[in-house]
Amino acid sequence: MDDLYREQIIDHYKNPRMKGVLDPHDISYEDDNPLCGDRLRIDVRLGADGRVSEAAFSGQGCAISQASADLLTESIIGKSLEEVRGIGKDDILEMLGIELSPVRLKCALLSLKVLKAGAYGLSEVRDLE
Amino acid sequence: MTQATRTPTLDVVRLREQFPVLAREMKPGVRLVYLDSTATSQKPLAVIEAMDDFYRRHNANTHRGVYQLAEEATAMYEAARARVAAFIGAAEPAEIIFTRNTTESINLVMRTWAQANLAAGDLIVLTEMEHHSNIVPWQMLAAEKGVKLEFVPVSEEGLLDQATFEKLLENRPKLVALGHMSNVLGTINPVAEMSRKAHAAGAVVLIDGAQSVPHMKVDVRQLGADFLAFSSHKMCGPTGVGVLYGRRDLLEKMPPFLGGGDMIKRVRLHEFSTNEPPYKFEAGTPAIAEAIGLAAAIDFLEAVGMDAIHAHEQDLIAYTLDRMSEVPGVRVYGPAPAQRGGVASFVMQAAHPHDVAQILDADGVAVRAGHHCAMPLHERYGLMATTRASFYLYNTREEVDRLVTAVQKVNDIFA
Repeated sequence: MDDLYREQIIDHYKNPRMKGVLDPHDISYEDDNPLCGDRLRIDVRLGADGRVSEAAFSGQGCAISQASADLLTESIIGKSLEEVRGIGKDDILEMLGIELSPVRLKCALLSLKVLKAGAYGLSEVRDLE
Repeated sequence: MTQATRTPTLDVVRLREQFPVLAREMKPGVRLVYLDSTATSQKPLAVIEAMDDFYRRHNANTHRGVYQLAEEATAMYEAARARVAAFIGAAEPAEIIFTRNTTESINLVMRTWAQANLAAGDLIVLTEMEHHSNIVPWQMLAAEKGVKLEFVPVSEEGLLDQATFEKLLENRPKLVALGHMSNVLGTINPVAEMSRKAHAAGAVVLIDGAQSVPHMKVDVRQLGADFLAFSSHKMCGPTGVGVLYGRRDLLEKMPPFLGGGDMIKRVRLHEFSTNEPPYKFEAGTPAIAEAIGLAAAIDFLEAVGMDAIHAHEQDLIAYTLDRMSEVPGVRVYGPAPAQRGGVASFVMQAAHPHDVAQILDADGVAVRAGHHCAMPLHERYGLMATTRASFYLYNTREEVDRLVTAVQKVNDIFA
């Protein structure tokens, strides 16, 4: 459990690389974690080639949800939407490098839920529940 | 009140032996520090054994059985009712209705008394510090019947604004429904005085005693409660049973709650007549073993002494506020120890409440993080969540020390 707050997570929480808003943007979506009321928004800009050229997240949340949002938005730069579609729960957990209880899993997956809902509509999101 | 500085009178070491779960190590060498009794309390052997004994030796359905076992079960269930009545100073056992929990008790009042007595435009006065269970039922009634809701504001230090309360009473509310003790701030509200004023304004008074009945002497007549709601599981008893006290003359005139067995006197194909209180409000087989467990919990608590429990918790909260003030970047909400019970909700500059709770858990310290079913109260302080430590008779100053050490660790990790 102590592993949860390894340096990498604390670093991404305290010094996020991708925090902010993009205006204008091609994709933007906001949602919350009903369990704790934390809100997260993700903005995405696409390049001429249809790949993600810029991404940013904003909102408030715990270290797990914020670090996961930072890592996720960082990881999608240069990816095609098809590739973004392919990102799953395991990819997030691999990026975070930790194991999570079911309650905290919701924190970690909030960013993916928001990203997918923004990009592809809500039907995709149900697969994550 | 000077009790906050009084030497605790409880033999906590001996008391703790009565709670098997408190001996548990959450990982090798790390003993559980249970600081979530506001959510639910732990259970002493006396309660576990009373329920075990009922199932092993006396189990039968209550009422109308003519065989010995059913008579025993009925007698034990009704003795539990009498035990509860005596514990809170009710005039008679018939004023005690067994429900599932505090929430169901308040909903019962909404569905019966309020449905029958309130009309569009009538006013209900609540407070900003209520648990959702004393807000949402009234919002439902407001949506159904067009009654109006007004809320007594909470001050920065966590006290009810009495001047506004008195102003609201000038509008002659039909009901004042308020919590005796806040499950977030720990504030103990001056309900006896507020009841007196509410009665003078012609209102019926419902007290949510979920957090007070387990922790201090509560007497319905001294408080002036027309209704009092509380839960067994927060007072060393089992889950699944709660209590609604109602003044006899109010209960007599209330329509029934749920329909079914036990609540009827006579049923024909197209009509029924209702039983007497309290049975009128207890349709279906009740939580028999749980009510018996609750009676055992009351025996246990009274043997310890409600005043001693309250004094012990005031000592713990005073010590906690003192120790927490040493930790940089911590803010504990709620009033001074003299005006509160053993609840400390706090936020940390360094970390989110969920992260705080998780780091504490790694040290075996069990606290709760979130809005604690009081979102409007958190909103009032501009918060989404807090981390909450809460105490009961079995907690110690050493456990507060372990809490504070773990809280300091949060600062180290997020430094």
